Amino acid sequence: MTYAIRAEGLVRRFGDTTALAGVDLAVPTGTVFGLLGPNGAGKTTTVRVLATLLTADEGHATVGGYDVRRDPHRVRQLIGLTGQYASVDETLTGTENLLLIGRLLGLGRAEARARAAELLTDFHLDDAAGRAAKTYSGGMRRRLDLAASLVGRPQVLFLDEPTTGLDPRSRNELWDIVRNLVADGVTVLLTTQYLEEADQLAGEIAVVDHGRVIAQGTPEELKAKTGGQVLAVRPVDPADVSTVVAVAGEVAGTVPEVAQSTVTVPVNDPGALPAVVRRLDDAGVAVAELALRGSSLDEVFLSLTGHRAEEDTPVNALERTPA
Amino acid sequence: MTAATATATAPLAPARRLGVVAGLRHTLTLAWRSLVQIKHNPMELLDLSIQPVMFVLLFTYVFGTAISGSPGEYLTFALPGIIVQNAFFATMTTGFGLNNDLTKGVFDRLRALPIARWAPLAGRILADTVKQAWSVSLLVSVGAILGFRLGNGLAGLLGAFALLLAFSLAAAWISVLVGVLVDEPDKVQIFGFMVIFPLTFTSNVFVPTDRMPGWLQNWVEINPVTILADALRGLLVGGPVAGPALQSVLWAVGIAAVFAPLAVRALRRRV
Repeated sequence: MTYAIRAEGLVRRFGDTTALAGVDLAVPTGTVFGLLGPNGAGKTTTVRVLATLLTADEGHATVGGYDVRRDPHRVRQLIGLTGQYASVDETLTGTENLLLIGRLLGLGRAEARARAAELLTDFHLDDAAGRAAKTYSGGMRRRLDLAASLVGRPQVLFLDEPTTGLDPRSRNELWDIVRNLVADGVTVLLTTQYLEEADQLAGEIAVVDHGRVIAQGTPEELKAKTGGQVLAVRPVDPADVSTVVAVAGEVAGTVPEVAQSTVTVPVNDPGALPAVVRRLDDAGVAVAELALRGSSLDEVFLSLTGHRAEEDTPVNALERTPA
Repeated sequence: MTAATATATAPLAPARRLGVVAGLRHTLTLAWRSLVQIKHNPMELLDLSIQPVMFVLLFTYVFGTAISGSPGEYLTFALPGIIVQNAFFATMTTGFGLNNDLTKGVFDRLRALPIARWAPLAGRILADTVKQAWSVSLLVSVGAILGFRLGNGLAGLLGAFALLLAFSLAAAWISVLVGVLVDEPDKVQIFGFMVIFPLTFTSNVFVPTDRMPGWLQNWVEINPVTILADALRGLLVGGPVAGPALQSVLWAVGIAAVFAPLAVRALRRRV
């Protein structure tokens, strides 16, 4: 198996803060690899190191077989980068943005123009081609960002939180684009806070927290890792939530989570379901919804890290470039 | 998806390094980008054009008679200095644009491309030089309409432009430093206003040195704006050139020697 991206023991500090505390990655060529973690976990720093924007303090990495530190110019010829920060020029039109990149990559005038037109058509931006990017909607902006990173037909594409802030329709469009790219043989490293996104796109996921990979595997392997199942109960009357929490907590032996008056708790004992039903019935709680299901990636994340993926950790700001 | 995104066509082994010619090509492309921005933001062109013209008109007709006896005489005295003042303000566009690129993420996109490391900065400075040339031409043209006559013909004009350019390139490093250090583009403008306004007014650009209080004269005489304005008067109107021109060049070298390393270091730390 060949690896488009390999990283070993990447460490990067910003002052007193350790953004990367030894990250190891191996991404097989032609696959989508998901880097999953909350804000501040080290995802963006990892991408910046791999995309030659930042040097690691320790460890080494190769992209397309070239060392990112010793051969950055070669790496840059193989990669495309789209992210929270790698952005198009808002004051230029869609066409001009792609022309700029094409010309910088050494395409001739006509060639750059043809490539720009081709990408704008592919990404359904024809109608907006002559408009300044600042007039684009969020979804159009991301598509243009992505188009800009594809001008040079990269072998390895870094997508740093490509759908953050997008509505579901735009997000689905972007997912389709990514799937098509992979079908064409591109290797994609995707960072995301959304477990669903990693589940949808990635063949392999590394869960990152506090600058370390804390778990890795296929989405199924990760889901199986927590082993157990999840019991979800929603009482008819939201006032009964506290009773449900008490009952479910006692049966499962851990503290349940509450979200929109649905109480969820991981359970390992198959007898937990009837036990909870019986005790809720005794307590006179009417139940609107009751389910026992395999754990979602959200719960996997929770059980691995001890906190929810959506939570902002205080180190949030550190992933951004220190000003 | 069609062939457009059919990527991963195995390219030839990528080159290890970039040639200087390629770097210059990247610089030109990036300068093109900065200039195309003007097309979409006509306000920038107004900014480049209206402020200098307004200064010429206001100072010539409002203060001209009071300071020099007649608007015509004052124009001859003040126009070279107004060109200098405008050049100082114009250097701030470099920092403004750079900060915009840094905060919006354009700079990172450019750095992830296989282009010369210095091209993004060089392209920006080249574009700002073109804008500078536009302002100078505009100022000299408006001056000519109002009665300003070149004392040394085209040679003097070209000499003045060359000197101004050398000084602007040096001062651009201050602008780059500010652009890297502040966290939003507007702060570059605030800096420009707070520093360049007093700097250019406490010179002999608008008022002859001997009309100011003694303590101020001491500063005015060593202010680089005064020295550059004197050099431009010599080149555009007539009078001594060598002394002020040499001093201007020394100032430019000094500014570049101090601020270029600081700016480059700050930029390295930020990105």
